[in-house]
Amino acid sequence: MTDAVIRVVGLGKSYETAAGLFPALKGVDLAIQPGEYLAIMGPSGSGKSTFMNLLGCLDTPTVGDYFLAGENVAHMDKDALAILRNRTLGFVFQGFNLLPRMSLQDNVALPLVYAGFDKETRRAKARELLGKVGLSQYADSLPNRISGGQQQRVAIARALVNEPRLILADEPTGNLDSHTSEEIMKLFDELNREGITIVLVTHEQDIAEHAKRQVKFLDGQVVSDHLTERQGLPC
Amino acid sequence: MLKAMLGEAWLAMGANRLRTALTMLGMVIGVGAVVIMMAIGQGAQYAVQQTISTMGSNLYIVLSGSFTTSGVRSGSAGGPTLNVADADAISELDGVTNVAPTHQGTRQLVYGSQNWSSTVVGTTPSYLEARAWSIVNGAGFGDSDVRSSTRVAIIGKTVAENLFGADDPVGKTMRIQQNPFIVIGVLGSKGQNLDGRDQDDTVIIPLTTAQRKVFGTPFLGSVRMIMVQAESADAMAKVESGMTALLRQRHRLREGMPDDFFMRNLSAAAESEAATTRTMSILLGAIASISLLVGGIGIMNIMLVSVTERTREIGIRMAIGARQKDILSQFLLEAVMISFAGCLLGLVLGLGIALGINAFTGMVIVISGSAALVAFAVAATVGIFFGWYPARKAARLDPIEALRYQ
Ligand SMILES: Nc1ncnc2c1ncn2[C@@H]1O[C@H](COP(=O)(O)OP(=O)(O)OP(=O)(O)O)[C@@H](O)[C@H]1O
Ligand SMILES: [Mg+2]
Repeated sequence: MTDAVIRVVGLGKSYETAAGLFPALKGVDLAIQPGEYLAIMGPSGSGKSTFMNLLGCLDTPTVGDYFLAGENVAHMDKDALAILRNRTLGFVFQGFNLLPRMSLQDNVALPLVYAGFDKETRRAKARELLGKVGLSQYADSLPNRISGGQQQRVAIARALVNEPRLILADEPTGNLDSHTSEEIMKLFDELNREGITIVLVTHEQDIAEHAKRQVKFLDGQVVSDHLTERQGLPC
Repeated sequence: MLKAMLGEAWLAMGANRLRTALTMLGMVIGVGAVVIMMAIGQGAQYAVQQTISTMGSNLYIVLSGSFTTSGVRSGSAGGPTLNVADADAISELDGVTNVAPTHQGTRQLVYGSQNWSSTVVGTTPSYLEARAWSIVNGAGFGDSDVRSSTRVAIIGKTVAENLFGADDPVGKTMRIQQNPFIVIGVLGSKGQNLDGRDQDDTVIIPLTTAQRKVFGTPFLGSVRMIMVQAESADAMAKVESGMTALLRQRHRLREGMPDDFFMRNLSAAAESEAATTRTMSILLGAIASISLLVGGIGIMNIMLVSVTERTREIGIRMAIGARQKDILSQFLLEAVMISFAGCLLGLVLGLGIALGINAFTGMVIVISGSAALVAFAVAATVGIFFGWYPARKAARLDPIEALRYQ
């Protein structure tokens, strides 16, 4: 069990609203092993994003424990969480979230700035990752010069630049057409083949089919957790 | 890391050039105003100090006069109430170093075809000593000249220039009221006095000669004014009371009768003038600092707007690993950069204007390195002080909230 990349125990999150405390997540238990490829599904408002934000160390739980790579991060301070976000995991958003005024290369290199790498290393790493997602030729372009699918590739390159072993993606294909979505998913497939653990949220069954394990949320709770056919497929 | 941050701050500043420029303008004007005001204020102080140092130290002027209900007025009606014997008596007083009975007025000077109107001062050799006035060319006159009423004159630089031009005045004969005077010396330059009058526009002749030939006083031996120098600043009070008692006794003024003379402490007047310029200089600086403050508030305002506008950017940065101090220093750096750039421009602008004022009005300005240093320190402080709150606000944002911000 201690080998799990992610292990959550009784994880709960309540939001303060005008109408009082609203429990968006109600005691979730889940363990994710290294190299897993997991899709989280569920209806709108079922707490998927709430859960992902907790996994991504962007938010802290109201109750429960979260062990990331064996370490309980549920009660860590903001700066410690920032360091985890920077080094231990990569987060991919539905809306890409690239910085609009920066070149793609600088966008990809930004996590390295906060990790304290020198300029040469940052440049080389960013180039390498842009190459990996097939966008070397746009290194010096601004994000608004490229398509949504390409922007999402850049965002994935950015998530990978500090070489995390875990990628979290909240509806990464939510803003993309089905063809482009398919390409993004192929990229995730490839990353998973390289041994990177992937957790993604999606509404679409065919996207979820790429994963090896599907977890369904409903009203802030896990209602099903099963392996897909892909599990058996050779890597 | 710092280099990357500087680059980013530069980028952010460039993203909204007009706004950055306008924010900077606040600092430019603030620092410019401080530099100009300090240059003018210090210049004024310098000028006053300079003037005071040329005046001579620990000086009193005793003026002849009689009292009316409206106060002191020149006793011309009944003739001057002071006389040379009074001056001699004062010189015997404890703590007095120099006494110079003086009679002065404006007269026309003639040399060849040149005319020049100047202040003619009839006095004794002590006058130059009291005022610490040196002769740069030729020589002065002695007590014997005063006793025998010789027609010799010592002239100031302005008179030398206007009356004699390129000629060496020493040994030449000029006329005052038709009377020929031999110029025996030229005084060193003293510049303007506290009232702004040119002290070098003067002719000094023996007192007796002045009384007989130039002013034609009907009461021989009486003088309008006696200049008295005390040996030290501490001795001044003692000298003042001593002189008052002495003169009242000599003039046979009974208890209750008003003084028939008037005493003026020149050094105290100069000191108060110096204090006035000091106060003015501080006031100017303070007023200018207010514009610096306004400039600082401008920076704070823009930084707050900027933080709000860039909430999403902050969220993204936090999501990929920026710590609070990273965000804090990013915004602080931006504020300081704007402040610094504004300061630099303001410094250049202020110096330019101060030099311009000097060139066009001749007003004395003093530009000190310390003023520039102070301006820079202030700019950095203003940047950090007014940048701190917005930067902290940015750093304390919640990543999720910030990311949700549209
Ligand atoms: N900051 C918040 N304050 C109050 N309530 C919130 C907040 N964030 C989420 N919620 C509520 O918590 C519940 C779960 O939200 P969450 O965003 O996790 O759902 P989701 O499964 O991601 O939905 P979707 O598929 O639409 O993205 C919703 O009912 C939502 O309204
Ligand atoms: Mg969601």
